[in-house]
This record gives sequence, structure tokens and C-alpha cells, in this order.
Amino acid sequence: MIDTVGRAQETPDQTQPFAELGLKPDEYQRIRQILGRRPTSSELAMYSVMWSEHCSYKSSKVHLRQFGDKKPPTDALLVGIGENAGVVDIGDGWAVTFKVESHNHPSYVEPYQGAATGVGGIVRDILSMGARPIAVMDPLRFGPLDAPDTRRVLPGIVAGVGGYGNCLGLPNIGGEVVFDPTYLGNPLVNALCIGAMRHEDIHLASAKGVGNLVVLYGARTGGDGIGGVSVLASETFSEGGPTKRPSVQVGDPFMEKLLIEATLEVLHAGLVEGIQDLGGAGISCATSELASNGEGGMHVWLDRVLLRDPTLSPEEILMSESQERMCAIVRPENLDAFLARCAKWDVEAVVIGEVTDTGHLTIDWHGERIVDVPPRTVAHEGPVYERPLARPAWQDTLQADDASTLPRPQTAQELQSTLLNLVGSPNLASKSWVTSQYDRYVLGNTVLAQPEDSGMVRVDEVTGRGVAVSTDCNGRFAKLDPYTGAQLALAESYRNVATTGAEPLAVTNCLNFGSPEDPAVMWQFSEAVRGLADGCLQLGIPVTGGNVSFYNQTGDVAILPTPVVGVLGVIDNVARRTPMAWGRAGTIMLLGSTRAEFSGSEWAHHVHGHLGGLPPLVDLEAERSLARVLIDGAREGAIRAAHDVADGGIQQALVEMALRSDSGAKIVVAGDPFTFLCSESAARAIVVTDDEAAVRERAAAHGVECTVVGTVTGGPTLEFAGLFDVSLEELRSVHEATIPAALA
Amino acid sequence: MLKPEILDPQGRAVQGALGRLGLTGVANVRQGKQFVIDLDGTLDADRSATLERLAAELLSNPVIEDYRLTVVEG
Amino acid sequence: MRIGVVTFPGSLDDRDAARAVRIAGGEPVALWHGDDDIKNVDAVILPGGFSYGDYLRCGAIARFAPVMTAIIEKAHEGLPVLGICNGFQILCESHLLPGALIRNDHQHFICRDQTLRIEDVSSAWTSSYSTGQEIVVPLKNGEGGFVADDVTLDQLEGDGRVIARYVGMNPNGSRRDIAGIRNERGNVVGLMPHPEHAVEALTGPTTDGLGFFASVLTSLAGSR
Repeated sequence: MIDTVGRAQETPDQTQPFAELGLKPDEYQRIRQILGRRPTSSELAMYSVMWSEHCSYKSSKVHLRQFGDKKPPTDALLVGIGENAGVVDIGDGWAVTFKVESHNHPSYVEPYQGAATGVGGIVRDILSMGARPIAVMDPLRFGPLDAPDTRRVLPGIVAGVGGYGNCLGLPNIGGEVVFDPTYLGNPLVNALCIGAMRHEDIHLASAKGVGNLVVLYGARTGGDGIGGVSVLASETFSEGGPTKRPSVQVGDPFMEKLLIEATLEVLHAGLVEGIQDLGGAGISCATSELASNGEGGMHVWLDRVLLRDPTLSPEEILMSESQERMCAIVRPENLDAFLARCAKWDVEAVVIGEVTDTGHLTIDWHGERIVDVPPRTVAHEGPVYERPLARPAWQDTLQADDASTLPRPQTAQELQSTLLNLVGSPNLASKSWVTSQYDRYVLGNTVLAQPEDSGMVRVDEVTGRGVAVSTDCNGRFAKLDPYTGAQLALAESYRNVATTGAEPLAVTNCLNFGSPEDPAVMWQFSEAVRGLADGCLQLGIPVTGGNVSFYNQTGDVAILPTPVVGVLGVIDNVARRTPMAWGRAGTIMLLGSTRAEFSGSEWAHHVHGHLGGLPPLVDLEAERSLARVLIDGAREGAIRAAHDVADGGIQQALVEMALRSDSGAKIVVAGDPFTFLCSESAARAIVVTDDEAAVRERAAAHGVECTVVGTVTGGPTLEFAGLFDVSLEELRSVHEATIPAALA
Repeated sequence: MLKPEILDPQGRAVQGALGRLGLTGVANVRQGKQFVIDLDGTLDADRSATLERLAAELLSNPVIEDYRLTVVEG
Repeated sequence: MRIGVVTFPGSLDDRDAARAVRIAGGEPVALWHGDDDIKNVDAVILPGGFSYGDYLRCGAIARFAPVMTAIIEKAHEGLPVLGICNGFQILCESHLLPGALIRNDHQHFICRDQTLRIEDVSSAWTSSYSTGQEIVVPLKNGEGGFVADDVTLDQLEGDGRVIARYVGMNPNGSRRDIAGIRNERGNVVGLMPHPEHAVEALTGPTTDGLGFFASVLTSLAGSR
């Protein structure tokens, strides 16, 4: 017995399982008010999913507003927050869209598919802006490397990221791998995608033009990811319908590859008025968003949806999260051409609805009305919470427990063994076990990929114009001070882009936090967002979009607040990029100022298991000046190689450059050796030049401190003059052994 | 199934896992594929020949795989 | 010279193969899997990727595409054909080359800059190299292990039909470190690594891969 609008009007007092679907009593009452009656079971399902934290951002909206309120003035932003992804003008008529999203919880449940579908989802978001996806990056965070559960999830997640991305033909050009105890039980899988298009190809997710058709195309709809909505299914299918529905979504990258090709063809042929991908909340989301962004009205014949599983109820079809599906708004006169393009690529397509001027989203099931709602109330006017926030009681104690009190290595011997210890520590060790499972070459435009500071791809093969992206976040810094920590994440990403020679233009973010019901977590979140918004304003680069992932916690223990920041930059000609490898000769210089800052450092973490104190000082003006020197140095050719100084301090940066080049150096340590080697002060970079004077001049012009710290020798050792030296062979073996050994 | 002389890395990986998870004395594990094909109508001689040919050409690679075709009345 | 590059559903490195042909001085011609007309091209490249998602077996479905009927026929008449990675898999499934490609022995997809030794320069695709020359080209595959029975392997070795071998490390468990082979006539070559990704200093580890594309242009010019 189908729950129609008519039946809902006749049975106002029927009890409905709104609580099981995650709705609060006042939210349920609000739905009743909006509709003037009780919702049908289909409407209840739609509201419950669209008003969930994941879809409605109810706990974060009030804070995220700052990204819009504090938006720096910029001409580069072609599409801002609110669309599927932000779009930035990179010059020459080219535009680039990029965004990062999380798929944390599914990856804990089913590592391979969780990660794979995470990649699939973000790629479709980029595709729905009208762009050809050109690269992916995947920041990953796990519990301790030696924990059994890390061995369970890590290989599957990496295989899933690679398996899906490689099959789509998208080069994976970056993304950090971080280990910390708080991620045990809550691995973080953030997936980023970059797309490129010409300005005229930008498309938006709106259903305009009364009479235009709503076409659902791609994979068939099955029972993927339905989860809790089955509560409704068992209500309406009392005659022995199947009660078990898979809550895991399974991805088919081949289908997505076909979807990409078909979509780009229909977009470029001008056959599409509006387009939306189907992600979380599937058809409910796509239809309500398209309708509310357009004329405001849409009618859908739900029974026309092509099904993989004929036993699905209408509620389940509306909620299904089957992958590899898109929704396009097509003029009737273009329909045949649209369908023909889909058929060429063996992609199924079917008309499921049309745009109307009723201001309502109406859905029929075999002629019976099961949904009649104002779409804005579903898609955009969900609940907005002002969650209580409170600075944690332990924050002061934590900040007072500075790492400067920890015993430090003093002798040359101790410094050497500290270096080797850190180089082989999980966070600083080589990640090639992970990254060699990703194709970095496909499409033939990858100019820089991990372990370089940013991933860089060429967008225009004729002019060499390209983009660079880096993602960063030091969760430990963010725990010590979320405001500063978020700014440091932004600073590091910004610095990484500039280090490779690209001009930072825009920001995306993936904010991974614990439970929003914990005032301490909400405080961390609000501080981080405030820090990021203030930082973006100061640096003059806007946030174009992003993602929030809450509830990353097991019991009472939340993950480190982890606001991952992605910065995108543009470079006129990728041939001028600055790589890490320093060749066989050259002068090594340190740009920026070093202070004794060890709190939250890799040294404090790995050697002493200590987290306390204040994070390194953040100075965004200094980052700007440093970036200028790096970018201009790249463009003018004065800087031949560069690497930013971050986790692990100067010694880590030097080791990485030496190993990348397979070429040694002689370093002259300045000041206190331990501070020089291991401090994690921000706004610093190592550069290598054949024209010391030019670099000095540039640095002076921008007020950046500049010191010669050594020479590239091309030899087999890394020598710290007067202290110790260590062979590249030993460094390499220590650096490369850790992760493969743990996962063997 | 992969022919006996072909290295079966997946079978080997499964063998290792079985051992680690408590099943002793696993002499060997081979991993193969099963295709369940539902056909409408009857299986006459012509159709049977086509099926046999496709089993040998498409569904299996005779260079590295053996196959067995079983018809089950519906 | 017109070199056809086939696109199957799921082909990924077709653009890169076309770019390599262009850089080498040839004219790439796009060939669609569903057309049985190969437009009189002078040679054909079956590119890398995941045709049909690698479902069933890598290359098993692509091998029956209409375009393959024409290619197989012309290959028997001497048309130069280069199968790269998935293309190599398709050539083996089509029986234009012996043996088969199976899952990497270590079970992972691997992408690395691989050193190869060119061992036979009589083929249409390797003539611009010298015997014993070592080159570095990217390798990226999950099912790259070349296998064949000992009789076949001995025959390949004996006839000088192994055109390239892995040097330094065997990245996928291929028997006898075989990275690429040719047919008897030398017009059909299958290669696991990706020369089309080593044609520009900006984007590749070297430009060593250009030789494959230059070779066929020279071979074709020579036979005119």
C-alpha cells in the first residue's frame, strides 16, 4: 500500500518513524508545518536525508558563512561557494575547478569501496561543473602505523583510491599520508579533484526553462547505501519484501569513465541546460537542488528510473546512493541528440521528469502522487543549529606544557641518531609504498607529483599554462590552537604552491572534526573556520568551496581537529616550475627566520610522545613575502630547486632534497644546531641557486631573511660541517624501509 | 580456472590468509571464476555450439585457463 | 605517415599515444573501436588503459571489437601494430602474439620509472634503438606479468623475439623478465611499459620512449 499525498492528508495521526531516520521532534513538526499535513513516507525519507548533517551542514553553516562574509576581493573567482565546486579564472580563457571532500566513515567500514567511491563522487562533482577532470589528490590519515586496524584499512584504502582513479585515467599528483593515534577507528580519506575548462563551458546545477526535460543517465539504480531508510521499506512492504539493504556503495570506475566521456560530449555539443551529479541522497538531492536552483518547479515520474533491483520501494529509489549517475536538464528538441551521444558510449539514459513553474517538486509513482514539496525547503532551508561551544577545560594546561622543556640531543652523535630516527619515523618516511600504486602519468600533462611540494599539471599544451595544488594540515598544531593551526595549514599549502613557482589563487578545504555535540569540538571547529577565513582574507585568496566531516570520533575521544586546506595556484608556463631535485652543484640558501619552536613538532611527537605548548608562530605577511621571492625566483630562473620547510624542520627538507636528487651536500649549521635542524618555524624554504646575489636581492626587496646554509656537492653524503655526516645510502635505506616493513 | 602450471598469485595470497586465520594444513588454493548464464528458451545444437565456442574464446583464455561447461536444466 | 590510435571504451592513454606520434613527426589518426574501417593508416597503436574496465580479463572483450577484425587481418599482411600495456594484453588475447598477461605477482598496481634493455632492433617499432641499449620509461600496471609455457618462451628467446627486458628489478613477475615481444615477422610488438609517457622532458622521466614511434616512421619510410 503506497503512502500517497492523498493518504497522508487522510491519515494525519499515523505515527511515523522520524526519530529512527535521524529527525528531531521539532524538525518533524516543522515538516508538518511546511506541508500543512503529515509527510508521506517518501517525503519523510527525503527530508530526513537532506536535513542530515552530511547533506545540510546544519551544525557548520553558521560558521561557514564567514568564508563568504570575509571573502577577499578578487577577479579570479568565476563561481563561488554554493555550487558543486568553485571555479577560478587562470587566464587565457581557461578556468579551473577544484574541490576536496571526505569519505571517512564508509572507508572505515569497507576500505576499498569507501575510498573508491570517494574518488568517484568528487570526480562527478567536478564533471558537473562542465570541466574535464584532469587530476586527483588524496590526503589520507590513519591510526599508528603498527596498529592492527591500520593494517586492515590502509592497504584497502590505497588500493581503492588507486583502483578507481587509475581506471578513470586521472593522474594522482599528491596528498599527504599522516599517522596519529586519534585516527585509529576514524581514518580520514579526503578526495580532491581538479578539472579544467574554457570559460564558456561552465555549467551550473539549475533546472531552468519550463518544459525542459530531466534526464537521469549513467548506472542503474540499486539498493546501494540506503542504510537506515530501510526502516520505511519494512513499514510499507509488510508482505515479505527484502529487508536487508547494503549500506556500502560499490563503485564501477569503468562506468564512470564512460560517464565522463558522454557528459563532456553532450556539454560541448551544447545539449545541456543544467547538470547535477548524484552523490549523497541520490535522486532526492539531485531533483530538489536542480529544482530549487532553477524555476523552482519540477515533476518526476519515479517509476521511469531504470533499476538494477526491481524490488526497490519508491522511498529506497529516492534515497539510493548508487554510484556513477548524473542528472541533466535537456531541451525537448535536444533530447534525441543527447540520447544518441549516451548510446555511443553505452551509457543508459532515461527521461524521468520535466521542469515546471509550479514552485513545487512533485513525484509520482505509477500515477500516484507520493511527493509534493517546496524544493527549497528540502535542499536549502534545512535546520540551522547554533551548537554550544566551549573552550576545553584542558586547553590552558595543554598550551602551558611547552616542548622546550623536553630533553634535547646535545652531542653530534645524538643529533645524528635523532636525524636517522626521524627520517625513518612513519610521518616522515617515504610514502612511495602508497604513491607507487597510483598512476601519475596518464593524460601526459603531469609536471610535478609527490613527493614534490605541490602537484602540478599542464592545462594548455601550446602555452604551457598550468596549475599547482597542495593539501596540508598539521592536526597537532590545530589541537594546540585551532585558530593558529588552521592558519598554519593554509600557510603551508600556500607556501607549497609558491615553492613550485605557482601563484596561489584559491582555496578549498575539508574540515574533519569530532562530534558537533561536544562543545569542545564545536569550539575547535569555530576557531578553525575563523582562522581559515581570516587567513584567506589576509592572503587575498578566497575559499571556493569545501566539505565538512563531523562525528569522527570513537566514544569520547575525538580525532585531532584536522582542517585540511587545499590551495590552487597558476603558473604561466610549467617549464619554469621549481622542482625539489638540486642537481650536482649549487648554493643552498635558507629563506625565512628560524626560532626555537618545538611544540607539536615531529621530534616532540615521535621521540617523546609529547603534544603540548603553542604551535609555531604564524605570520601571513611573512608567507606572502616569501612566496613572492619563490615565485619571482622561479620565473626569472634564479631559483633552480626549492623545498618548503615544514614537518621535521630543516634537516628533513635537506634529506628529502638530497635523496630526490641522489646527490649530497655540505651544510653549515647556523646557531644552535638542534634548533637549526629540528625547529618547525613557519614561513621558511630551502632554495638552491647558481646566482646567490640575485636571490639575496630578491629576498632583501621583500624583507625576507636569507642565509647561505651550504653547497650541493653531488657526492654520496649529507655532511653537517663540524657535526656529523651521513651517507645517502643509509638515509635512503632508513627512509624507504619503514612503511613497506610495517605493511608486509 | 588458471591452468595448474600458471602462477596463481591470488590463490597464493588466499592460502597465506587461511593459514594466518587458523586453518592448518592448507596444501594449495586455486582461485577461479564462475559464470552463471541464464538462457531463455531451449538449448538446441546450434546454440550449444555457440555457447561452447564462446566458452573457449571469450569466457576463458585457453593459453592460461581451463574451463568446464555444465548445463543445468532450469 | 598516418598512425592509427584505437579508442576502446575505457582506453586511457590514447591521447598520449597520439601526442607521441605527433612529436615523432607522424600524423595520428583516431580509430573508433566500433568501426571496422581503419582508414588506410600505415600503422596502428593499441594504447594503454582499462578497456571494458578490465572486466572478464584484460583485453578479452576489446579483442572482439569490429576494429580488431580489420587490424588482425592487416597485421597478418604486415601492418605494423604496437600494443602498449592494455594493448599488449589485447594482442595476446587476439593471438597475434603468444602468451598472456596475468596479475602482478605482488598483488599491487605499480607505477614506476622502469629501466629496460632493448634486445631486438629488427622489429618495426625498435629499429631506431641499438641492441643492448638501456632506456627508462614509465611502467604502470596491475596485470603486467607476462607468462607462457617453457616451449613458447624458449622459442621466443631462440628466435630473438624478446624485444625488451626489465633491468634492475622485475616489477610484475613476468617470466624471464620479459617486458616486450614481437611476432615472427617483426611487425607486431607488444610492450608492457609506456613509451608514450617518455617523450617530453617536462612530463616524463626521460625522452627515451620516442624511439618506438620514430622507429615505425623510419621503417615505413624505408619500405616505400
